[in-house]
Amino acid sequence: MGPVTGGAFVVATIIKVAVFFTVMMLSVMLATIVERKIAGFIQDRSGPNRVGPWGALQVIADGIKNIIKEETMPAQAIRQFFVLAPVLAILPATILFAVIPFGSPLPTQWGFVEMIVADASIGFLYILAIGSIGVYGIAMAGWSSGSKYSLLGGLRGSAQMISYEVALALSLVPLILLVGDVRAPEIVSMQQGFTAGAPTYSMWFVFPLFLGLFFFFVSGLAETNRLPFDLPEAEAELVTGYHTEYSAMKFSMFMIGEFAHVITVAALVTVFFLGGWDIPFWAGDNIRVLSDGTVIGEPTGWKTILTLGSFSIKTSLVVVVFMWIRWTLPRFRYDQLMDLGWKFMLEAVTVYILVIAFVILGIEAVGIPVGIWYALILFVVNLLLALMLFFMIDRGAIIRGAARKI
Amino acid sequence: MPGEVKVVSRPKGEASYARAAAKGMRITLKHLLNPAKKTQQYPDEKWELSPRVRGTHRMAVHEDGRAKCVGCGLCPTVCPVNCIKLVPAEDENGERYAAIYEIDEFRCIFCGYCQEVCPVEAIHLGVHYENAEYSRERWVYDLERLCEQEHDVTALWDPSDPASQ
Repeated sequence: MGPVTGGAFVVATIIKVAVFFTVMMLSVMLATIVERKIAGFIQDRSGPNRVGPWGALQVIADGIKNIIKEETMPAQAIRQFFVLAPVLAILPATILFAVIPFGSPLPTQWGFVEMIVADASIGFLYILAIGSIGVYGIAMAGWSSGSKYSLLGGLRGSAQMISYEVALALSLVPLILLVGDVRAPEIVSMQQGFTAGAPTYSMWFVFPLFLGLFFFFVSGLAETNRLPFDLPEAEAELVTGYHTEYSAMKFSMFMIGEFAHVITVAALVTVFFLGGWDIPFWAGDNIRVLSDGTVIGEPTGWKTILTLGSFSIKTSLVVVVFMWIRWTLPRFRYDQLMDLGWKFMLEAVTVYILVIAFVILGIEAVGIPVGIWYALILFVVNLLLALMLFFMIDRGAIIRGAARKI
Repeated sequence: MPGEVKVVSRPKGEASYARAAAKGMRITLKHLLNPAKKTQQYPDEKWELSPRVRGTHRMAVHEDGRAKCVGCGLCPTVCPVNCIKLVPAEDENGERYAAIYEIDEFRCIFCGYCQEVCPVEAIHLGVHYENAEYSRERWVYDLERLCEQEHDVTALWDPSDPASQ
């Protein structure tokens, strides 16, 4: 059975776009309430609990409030860009979802439907390219508001996002070295168990590329402008940064954009490092779609549902970790943030790429085939590197007080 | 003369960001999973107040519903913020009563002197604090309204039992 073609393909794609976009927006709604609940629980409060059961309808109440509030338009604002900026803040995060594989292919009578909106052969590059567009929303909002606070906040946000984009992209290079392909479904397949005719690593990349996950996660935090890197928002200096002048639904769209970004980054972490939709210790979901459309393995409907569940659970857990970090770590000072980005992350990631590349060269020279032993050797190397990073170098060298530098 | 910044050199072992962050994460996780929350669900559960809490006033009444106040004028005299307005009058039997008796609860500092000084135990403070109003005028309680209050009256401090036990 081949992939769906022709009219069925168009219909399937439209349905997928509609369903995934709806699910995404619902997850954003859910994420806002979960964020507030987690914030409450960490601080020994109970969080919002007056509207609906467990406070779950609070989101709807907030949504209604935001829609019926007055929209303000500052006299100094540049009208077109002021209106466009919130849209640009949401757009990249939502269209990034196009190349994220959600589950195993669904067989229908017209052929199988891949659980990915667009199985682009350059999916990985698309992710990096679209991820960079996110900075436009912030820069544009800051500049078009016609306010100094907004401008400075927007500049800060842009500088931060551009700095960490470098580390974000580089932290995924070792992954590409291992996978040897930039198709997103291929990245997932390589983490699954062994399938006939196509060797895999049989291990989630969190093990062989542990430090890669660390670097990606830290850069991801900075990219989404969340604590401990939420420098664009600073009550003391900049009011609320680039969205100071925004109100009602336009402001709300920035918030939706932020949460959508968080969910997207969490989904990327899942795809790249936590095996995507793979269910651990189960060979039944070893279904691989090659780029020419041939399927290895036996896709069935219930397997699709199970893998969709697996993907959602993993993504939700990563989102929870994001929030957990937000309510634990204090924020960096701005110079520390820039130091960490340019003087530590960039170098560390570059060295990491070199080390992994040399180790891969060594492994292939010895003649170990792609498989579980290949991954285990890399895991040991990563463990040693992590020990070095966290217990040798991290003695006030990565983050330090300003006084020491004077 | 410019001051000197004292730079404290921290021991190298304590300066690790990674380990400090891990420790913090452990602490917040403990609180996250702890089901016991400190929040009081206010309108549903309320504080248990001490009998000596000084809140909204209440006027004691006779069995026939008349206020016990005899218009002696001690409470407006002792009141440190002048929140009590009293105009005494005399009825046909020659008994004094309060023709006008108003307490501005907005101005009152709830010191409790009026209750202490009252010779006939008429005016009391009460164990009651939920007295929000929509206008400032509503905060001025007249005699009728003071008589209508139904909450417990404040217990005075007892010198033989200084800790109120």
